[in-house]
Amino acid sequence: MARILLVEDSAAMRTYVRAALEGLPALGDDGEIVEAASGFNALRLLPRAAYDLVITDINMPDINGLELLSFVRKSPLYKEIPLLIISTQASERDRERGLALGADGFLAKPFTPEAIRHAVTQSLSGRGSSGGDAARSRA
Amino acid sequence: MAESGDRAREEFLSEAQEIVEGLGRDLLALDEGLRASRLDPSLINDVFRAVHTLKGLAGLFGATRMASLSHELEELLDKLRLGKVDLTAGVLDLLFRSVQLYGLILQAEKEGRDQVIPEVDELVRELNRNGGAGVAAAAAAPSRYELDPSLLAVLTEYEEHRLRANIAQGLRLYRLRVQFQLATIDQALDELKAMAKPHGEIITYLPTGAGADADSIELDILMASAVGTEDLRHALASGGVDLEEIPRRAGSSGSSGNTGPSSVRIPQHTPLPASGLGVPSLAPPSRHDEVSHGPKGDLGTLRSVAQTVRVDIHKLDRLMNIVGELSIVRTSMARLVERLRAERIERDLAADVHRLQRTFERHLGAMQQGILEVRMVPLGQVFDKLARVVRQISREADKLVNLVITGAETEVDKLIVEELSDPLMHMMRNAIDHGIETRGEREAVGKPALGTIALNAFQKGNHVVIEIEDDGRGIDTSRLLEASVRRGVISADDARSISRAEILNLIFIPGVSTKSEVSETSGRGVGMDVVKTNIGKLGGVIDVQSEQGIGTKMTVTLPITLAIISALVVLVEDRLFAVPLANVQEAVVLDPAAVRVIDGREVVTLRGSTLQLCRLARLFELETQAKQPTTNGWPSSSGAGAPGSASSDSRPAARPASTRQYVVVTAVGARRLGLVVGTLVGEQDVVIKALGPSLKGVRGFAGASELGDQRIALVIDAPSLVDELHAPGGERVRPMIASRGSHG
Repeated sequence: MARILLVEDSAAMRTYVRAALEGLPALGDDGEIVEAASGFNALRLLPRAAYDLVITDINMPDINGLELLSFVRKSPLYKEIPLLIISTQASERDRERGLALGADGFLAKPFTPEAIRHAVTQSLSGRGSSGGDAARSRA
Repeated sequence: MAESGDRAREEFLSEAQEIVEGLGRDLLALDEGLRASRLDPSLINDVFRAVHTLKGLAGLFGATRMASLSHELEELLDKLRLGKVDLTAGVLDLLFRSVQLYGLILQAEKEGRDQVIPEVDELVRELNRNGGAGVAAAAAAPSRYELDPSLLAVLTEYEEHRLRANIAQGLRLYRLRVQFQLATIDQALDELKAMAKPHGEIITYLPTGAGADADSIELDILMASAVGTEDLRHALASGGVDLEEIPRRAGSSGSSGNTGPSSVRIPQHTPLPASGLGVPSLAPPSRHDEVSHGPKGDLGTLRSVAQTVRVDIHKLDRLMNIVGELSIVRTSMARLVERLRAERIERDLAADVHRLQRTFERHLGAMQQGILEVRMVPLGQVFDKLARVVRQISREADKLVNLVITGAETEVDKLIVEELSDPLMHMMRNAIDHGIETRGEREAVGKPALGTIALNAFQKGNHVVIEIEDDGRGIDTSRLLEASVRRGVISADDARSISRAEILNLIFIPGVSTKSEVSETSGRGVGMDVVKTNIGKLGGVIDVQSEQGIGTKMTVTLPITLAIISALVVLVEDRLFAVPLANVQEAVVLDPAAVRVIDGREVVTLRGSTLQLCRLARLFELETQAKQPTTNGWPSSSGAGAPGSASSDSRPAARPASTRQYVVVTAVGARRLGLVVGTLVGEQDVVIKALGPSLKGVRGFAGASELGDQRIALVIDAPSLVDELHAPGGERVRPMIASRGSHG
């Protein structure tokens, strides 16, 4: 099984992602998606279990996705967890910043269910394969 | 996937609805800020984020119209928040219009229609034109300060802009370091924000990575302020904040962009040794290792993060229905227990069952209360909409209106709030359109140019009262009366003896209006009669008070909830009726000797005041042939064989002398009516179920209710009865249903 932490302040967006990932083979039999509605909740949830992937939005109040990413990458505990950014952010600026801070992929909203399934499968199957290029390929 | 896709779509619609409502609130706050020249940048960012989220959602769920509107709005808002465009009243108008259009779009989405909404396309075009404008914001380089480059790297564009804007104002920058307990971080953070707000702007929060364990986390907060270090430290003293000013770079011209490591003043954190973290699942996680199968106890806490859940109102309705069924079981059970106790056998067993039944009742009551509470939402939801309408209409009508809201936190059943929106909206339009005078008129009579509309809500017993009070011209009763006579609503005869309160109530009769011209806003063919009907459907009443030249006050009184009510069950002939207890003042034995006939209406004097009577048996034509009243239309039973009957009709009694009758005194607002019934059966909680479509138009009944043991009672709609019988010419008591069909 795989456990994913989904950090996104829009409940509908979380439901959409959850629906898209339902039954994804890469998640395994009892794969689990843990939802966090804010950066703070993500910080709260991170120590509670071992995650195989973090998917985060960028534009969130207080602690934004980049800050969360930076925290995860600096932390000796979490720095190995692959991280996928999903964001509507139109500007290249955040995408570049995200990747520079160590994100493994960037998926621009709106994305199709297939796109997120693909990106998540790639991230879970080991990011040894060139740091999530596959996830980045669709924007 | 299909089913979860539907769920996601539902979620999308309700979230979008919520966002749009929040958007409206924020815009009102911005409007206020603009007028007071105190714009809160975070508010503009909130509006941006709202639209940004809408755009993202619209894209995912294929709501193309919403997506394109959001896209254009986002462009505009992005410029606003990055200081490239100034917020003006004109821009705000565009934004307010968008809120209204989002409403239309959402409505269409909910109904699954994909129709063209020309207003949306028009606004999109306008926004497009508007979007071209914009100037480069004055910006100052953050490099003038000794800021940690790793901090700069994680700022979003907006945060970076706010940093620059604050630097450009020559403010000081501070780094606040705070340790938060994860369990209470939301609350602690809110407190800190509230403490910091008066002294400056918080630009961002950054988890340092240090001090983090399973229970706490350390944050660096970047704040800009005009306040000196010591003063700010003092102001934030209770927040447990370690505060440090970020020094300006010596001799900085703002041109040097490089920040060497030597200048880094925000200290790098040192990671805690892993031994400091006790939870086994905290070991460095890698994919698919045994940690994933860590103690299930840990996982138990994963889902407890969300503080609120969104629930479809229909699910609550279903739960409510189940509770309703249980109430019926309870009633039947109580009856069985009574029988058991009366049997005088197995007394211990009976006592046990009785005790058990009492416990069951208590828990059921708590459950019912709990569900009712869950359904409650603050009236503020609809008040916000009203505030937008006031703003819009007063601008259109070129009237200055100040809306003063109190009691927005008053809670009412969600369904009532939904249904309340249109009637209140219409009343608000009336208040501005017909109530508040033009500036010139107001000044001419010595009133302040700024009109005031007070919107008050408060709870009163089992009811919620909403008042809309304006300080406008008031209702011209003589013109209203004249118009009513001219339109044949009342006869010239009636007009001579009508009271002032009755005249005012004429505004609720279809086709009566004192304004000859039809106005843009309230003259859309929907009159106060529709408002009254809609309020009535919710079990509420509306009253009007008005003083010419001083103002008008509309008072709406509503039940707090619709679903379950306590009712007095009564027997009329052989039929059961339920009178909502909320409308019942008292029940007394009818003394037939005390009944007088005044003006063709039967009345009694009760506690010093006159009470009009209404014989339900007659009204609903339930009397058996033998008891049918004779020529003058009054039932002989009023004499009821009592000696010395004061009734104008002294016919011999047709009813056995032993038959007692009762008067159930119902009160709706300030008006009372005495319902004459046969037997009082008892008090009971009933679940009101709507009558079928064929009976929907029948006035006088709020619905039907099952009482247990397969008996059905019609629930009396007291407000409509009181209206009907108090209306001018109400003595023409006519049957509201002619059906004599059997039921139950």
